[in-house]
Amino acid sequence: MFIDIIIWIIQIILVPAVAPLCVGIIRKIKAKLQNRQGAGIFQPYQDLWKLFHKDEVISKDASWIFRCAPYIVFTVTIIIGASIPLFASFINNTVTGDLLIIIYTLAIGTFFLALAGIDTGSAFGGFGSSREMTVAALAEGGFIFSLLTVALISGSTNVFTISQTGLLYQSQYLLSGTLAFFGFFIVLLAETARFPFDNPATHLELTMIHEAMILEYSGKKLALMEWASANKLLIFIALASNLFFPLGIAQSAGISAVMLGMVIFMIKIVIFCLVIAVLESSIAKFRFFRLPDLLIIAFIFNVVAIILIH
Amino acid sequence: MRKHDTFANIWSHFFAILGSLSGLFFVALMASGGDDLSFSLGAFAVPFFSLSFHIDKLSAFFIFIISLISLFCSVYAIGYVKHFYKKYDIGALGFFYNLFILGMLLVVSSSNWLFFLIAWEVMSITSYFLVVYDRNDPQNVKAGFLYLIMTHVGTAFIITAALLLYKFTGSFEFEAIQSGASSIPLSIKNTIFIFTIIGFGTKCGIVPFHIWLPDAHPAAPSHVSALMSGVMIKTGIYMMIRIFFGMLWPVPVWWGLALLVLGSISSLLGVLYALTEHDIKRLLAYHSIENIGIILLGLGGALTFLSLNMLPLALLSLTAALFHTLNHATFKSLLFLGAGSVINQTHTRNIEEYGGLIKYMPYTAFFFLVGSMAISALPPFNGFFSEWLTFQSLFLGIASLSLYEKWIFILAAGSLAFTGGLALACFVKAFGVTFLARPRSSHTSGAKESSLSLRIGMGAMALLCLLFGIGSSHVVVFLESVGKNLAIFKGTASLISSSGQQVVVGNNFGSVSLLFLCICFVFVAGLVFYIVTFVINKNQKIETGATWDCGTDLTGRMEITATGFSRSIVTIFKGILRPSIQHDIEYHDAQSRYLPKSRTITLGVQDVYQSYFYQPLNRMVSLIALRVKSIQSGNTNMYILYIFIALIISLLFVL
Repeated sequence: MFIDIIIWIIQIILVPAVAPLCVGIIRKIKAKLQNRQGAGIFQPYQDLWKLFHKDEVISKDASWIFRCAPYIVFTVTIIIGASIPLFASFINNTVTGDLLIIIYTLAIGTFFLALAGIDTGSAFGGFGSSREMTVAALAEGGFIFSLLTVALISGSTNVFTISQTGLLYQSQYLLSGTLAFFGFFIVLLAETARFPFDNPATHLELTMIHEAMILEYSGKKLALMEWASANKLLIFIALASNLFFPLGIAQSAGISAVMLGMVIFMIKIVIFCLVIAVLESSIAKFRFFRLPDLLIIAFIFNVVAIILIH
Repeated sequence: MRKHDTFANIWSHFFAILGSLSGLFFVALMASGGDDLSFSLGAFAVPFFSLSFHIDKLSAFFIFIISLISLFCSVYAIGYVKHFYKKYDIGALGFFYNLFILGMLLVVSSSNWLFFLIAWEVMSITSYFLVVYDRNDPQNVKAGFLYLIMTHVGTAFIITAALLLYKFTGSFEFEAIQSGASSIPLSIKNTIFIFTIIGFGTKCGIVPFHIWLPDAHPAAPSHVSALMSGVMIKTGIYMMIRIFFGMLWPVPVWWGLALLVLGSISSLLGVLYALTEHDIKRLLAYHSIENIGIILLGLGGALTFLSLNMLPLALLSLTAALFHTLNHATFKSLLFLGAGSVINQTHTRNIEEYGGLIKYMPYTAFFFLVGSMAISALPPFNGFFSEWLTFQSLFLGIASLSLYEKWIFILAAGSLAFTGGLALACFVKAFGVTFLARPRSSHTSGAKESSLSLRIGMGAMALLCLLFGIGSSHVVVFLESVGKNLAIFKGTASLISSSGQQVVVGNNFGSVSLLFLCICFVFVAGLVFYIVTFVINKNQKIETGATWDCGTDLTGRMEITATGFSRSIVTIFKGILRPSIQHDIEYHDAQSRYLPKSRTITLGVQDVYQSYFYQPLNRMVSLIALRVKSIQSGNTNMYILYIFIALIISLLFVL
């Protein structure tokens, strides 16, 4: 009982606690690849701390949607962070752990983020929202179907059960699982505003998607938005690593299993950060109207994957 | 005159409310009593005709929807029709409005084909008069005419289907047909199926029979649009359930698959066309087509499972379809009422001219936001639960079917997935462009919050959207019992188990608790708000400034427009939507063309079905009419000769 409570507390605070680190690692690796020294990997924490202590300017055109959106977007990532397997798959969350709940609750965040982008009446914000919704709408098919593939293999749409089943251990599903993973990885890049979909480091008006929507935010609200987008990145990394490669995740209660699960989770995060950073350093951003091709490919990968399941 | 208007308004809507309340009361009695109700009124000398009613749980469920929605629409109408005072006759509106509700109630409770057809016509004709009520706008009259034609083409197919059923079973009574259905040969059954799909599909607005819907729904007064879109088109769904799951049972597999394909096409095309719209009521009307598609996905899934003898799965799919029927009725009426409230203040339906209304109409904006979230299937609102259930039934279909059935289920699930994403984009557009940012035109400047009766109507609907969502574990049990009440589902094992607040589908295949999610959300959001505001840096100063304007003056014309918002999606789907751009430039110097005076860009979207289906059909009919014209000489003797020849030929046939 006592250990359950501790595990749940860790589960709930792990995503917001580790997410900025994840961003820091990616930035550090990118800096190294560009022959720069780069800021330390804990820099994002300091940035958030700094932003939380700044005063704010809010546009006079903004309504309560603009003021509430950061809290809603941030809350969504906290709830989803607690509803997916991170280091342990035995804690079965049957109330919010359904894959469709995860997808559509994340959509609440996207919805309010896009509305906040429109709310200030700036042209940047509006176009950011338009682009974000276009990418999100087309990513939806690949997102649902990649999780559906692993759900069909494990016979449940609950992400903890999927993780517990351990799809990599069954060789006949290897091809389906691999295809679904590649489909999911494309969706990961799209939903977390990474290359080749979006450039998280730019503020050039022609290219930005996510940054354009939060352009008018400052102070605490900007901190929440930045933190939420870091959380979202970690959520997708956790889904990718624990649904498709559930190696080392704690399958039963026990101090050693849980500790091992956490260490392995950290290693997985670093590996994914490395892959994302290398990818961002080696390819260019795509032209906006080439993105649908990529997203449809993600969907088609998964249709093939589902057909291959016997 | 003014007094007369108020009198007519109060009394007509008072009776509508009274009728709705008694409908709800009746359903509550049914739910507690549990038995089917069958009775006939009077005996008629006319053969085959009887005023026979049969009200089982399915009918009661639809009576519940009709009464519930018309109750709040009537409350809304008391305030809403005030702007028609002195322009039109309020009494006529009240008369047709009440008759329209009566027609819908009779449609779902009659059990004789002839009686049903009369009720169906009452419903169709009264709704036609309501569509053309605002008759000073020629656009509305045209829309009404199109509606009248389409609905009667549909009725013609329904009558043919009814006559075919009569030919092979010898009765117009629903129950007699059901017991005699085994004598109908398969080819006739298939014909009846196609006729039913065309007939009732026209009323539902299934693509490609939907062309009247985006024209007629916007033309009607908003509370009538809400009823038409939320409730009337569902009567088609009701009859499909009656016929496919009752009268014509057993059915071949391809019927269900055909419904799935139709549902996929309707949902995807519906939402894509909605994205291109900038007339707020047309946008909502296209979303009705989308949602009918989603209901058909549940219905088609159920029919497929049924014909493959997988009864528990069929019951699950049917429950999903019924739940979505209920949900769509609530959130679509809410959105239409919200749109009506906005149009009442701004006097335009073009969302490009709105903007910033959230500051002038905070309640309407909030209710519209709830409706938008519900229709975009965002938890914890009701739209999410029924889409979740539909997804679960399709997923279970993919898991348990093989070969081409599996392919069609994958197609259906895929189109549902993309539909969800596109609907979200569309409602960011609809809500954002209407209510957020700065006003785009002078139309919004005079906007005030709507009166109390409008707010009550919308608020009650918004509350229902939330309640049906967080109480979904209880509602779903009721809806499943509606499905179980059908003869073919007697004794079927249930795949849905609802323990406490949690709903589990299948053998732990999926589970969800929206109440828990909702409580978590409120709790975490409250905690985050408390910590951020009162714990960290509580002395923070918040200034109000101007939006970053790059050194220029920001005007309403610099904000994103609805057309601009959806332009990228329209470009991506240009293969289907066929967008057209027309540039017109007027020059100061027409010869040398150096100094342009004004530029006009006209963006349009081609109606594929219009240009490839209805226009050729129209041309063909005109061509035949032209040929037929040559035998019409205008000479009476000639016509008498025709009659004589026709008589002789028919005599030859008979003898």
